[in-house]
Amino acid sequence: MARHVVATVEEIPPGQSKIVTVRGREIGVFNVASDFYALINRCPHEGAALCKGMLVGRMESDTPGEYRLTRKGEMLRCPWHGWEFDIRTGQSWCDPDHTFVRSYKVSVEPGESLVKGPYVAETVPVRIEGDYIVVDV
Amino acid sequence: MNVIAPTVSSQADVSIQSLIGYVDCDIHPYFKDPAELDEFLAPKWREHRREYGARSRSPMAYAAQYPRLSPGVGMRQDAFPPTGGHPGSDLAFMREQLIDLFGMAHGIMLPLLGRGGDERNLEFGAAMCNAVNDWQLAHWCAPEPRLKASIQINVDHAEAAVAEIEKRAGDRRFAQVQIQQRGLEPLGRHRYRKILEACAANGFPIAMHLGGTSGHASTAGGWPSYYHEEHHAYVQSMEAIVTSLVVEGVFEQVPNLRVVLVEGGFAWIPALTWRLDKHFLRLRSEVPHLKRLPSEYIRDHIWVTTQPVEEPERAGDMLSTLEWIGWDRVMFSTDYPHWDQDDPRYAFKVAIPEANKKKLFRDNALAFYGFE
Repeated sequence: MARHVVATVEEIPPGQSKIVTVRGREIGVFNVASDFYALINRCPHEGAALCKGMLVGRMESDTPGEYRLTRKGEMLRCPWHGWEFDIRTGQSWCDPDHTFVRSYKVSVEPGESLVKGPYVAETVPVRIEGDYIVVDV
Repeated sequence: MNVIAPTVSSQADVSIQSLIGYVDCDIHPYFKDPAELDEFLAPKWREHRREYGARSRSPMAYAAQYPRLSPGVGMRQDAFPPTGGHPGSDLAFMREQLIDLFGMAHGIMLPLLGRGGDERNLEFGAAMCNAVNDWQLAHWCAPEPRLKASIQINVDHAEAAVAEIEKRAGDRRFAQVQIQQRGLEPLGRHRYRKILEACAANGFPIAMHLGGTSGHASTAGGWPSYYHEEHHAYVQSMEAIVTSLVVEGVFEQVPNLRVVLVEGGFAWIPALTWRLDKHFLRLRSEVPHLKRLPSEYIRDHIWVTTQPVEEPERAGDMLSTLEWIGWDRVMFSTDYPHWDQDDPRYAFKVAIPEANKKKLFRDNALAFYGFE
């Protein structure tokens, strides 16, 4: 496992995402209300590029006709069959016990500490004055 | 790496090697612009289309009964072409996402546009069917010969339907005749017999793709409230069609008629045949025109496509289901570019024995459509 610098904080504003390739695997990095999360870009159901899906909320209901939209922007919906996963954990909403998407630890680090290493930054040049998104893979 | 529970077989992947030369039995081409059909319509109908438009049997003209999965109108979200336009409207992008991806040998197009088959104005419906047939040849088969067309007809205009079938007879770019799943009456009824005879006489199988509008409630228990509910009702419609074709004696009268049911599931077929056979043994004097068990007619005349593949709780139950239906009666389909399309590598959650895999992904369709 190594720490990979994948983007600057400014590159991924709240509600947005970026798909990066780290050690040969595609990973989607998401900004949800200024917190960052990372999931592998592959749906466990039929292999679609999961991270190209929409960030949606969780629709809950106790009785027909009454709906609550909760956790707005925290569920990632697969662009194919609409399976939904918790962006924070990768847990499946429809099959929580058996299916989840691999998630990765994400942190925001100031360039000042990154330049001391150790880290891997193949594509993102690090400057002391910036803040960077770091994914552990 | 994703973690998948043991209830889903990790061996479900189909190797790329076994996909080379596969046949996709359900692809939906769209136009970039509805005006693409104009050049295939006589001036009179072009004007009619512009001034009056379609009159379907649906009570909600110009509206899908359900605005499915908005935004995206029921499409695979990553299938919108980078050049703009509707999913399925850009051949280059379709090649990239589907045709070239696994080396498809043939792809069967089932256009769901023009709506000539649902049209209340039967003369206009016939003109729209003819236009969509020419459009498939010009816009798809000509630049991409791996794509095959489906002949559009409106079954409520028998003369025009038979004329359209005969006009296309012998043209190998057409694979089959496409008939709306939901109609005014069940397809086995006598009023439709001449059309079915014309299909068989000219060597065309019939494809029934889910959908269409009948004007009747879409389930036998009344209108559904949800799209989820509606989707299951397509199975019911398929069961009604198969039952009608069998019990009305169509397969006795048109013995070389072949029918493929597209996108209506297939796990229900064994249960339906068991029930039909049971009742036939008790009620045969009412239908003396039937000479064989219903299950035998179904086994000889009905084929099914796979998508959306059922996903049984015990993945292995899929194998016995396919065994009951017949490994030579099931043909792979993606339903590209719709939201519930299947990826050939992962559609089945169970490993299929190699010999049957070849049948299911390729050989059955080659034989059914008479492809080289």
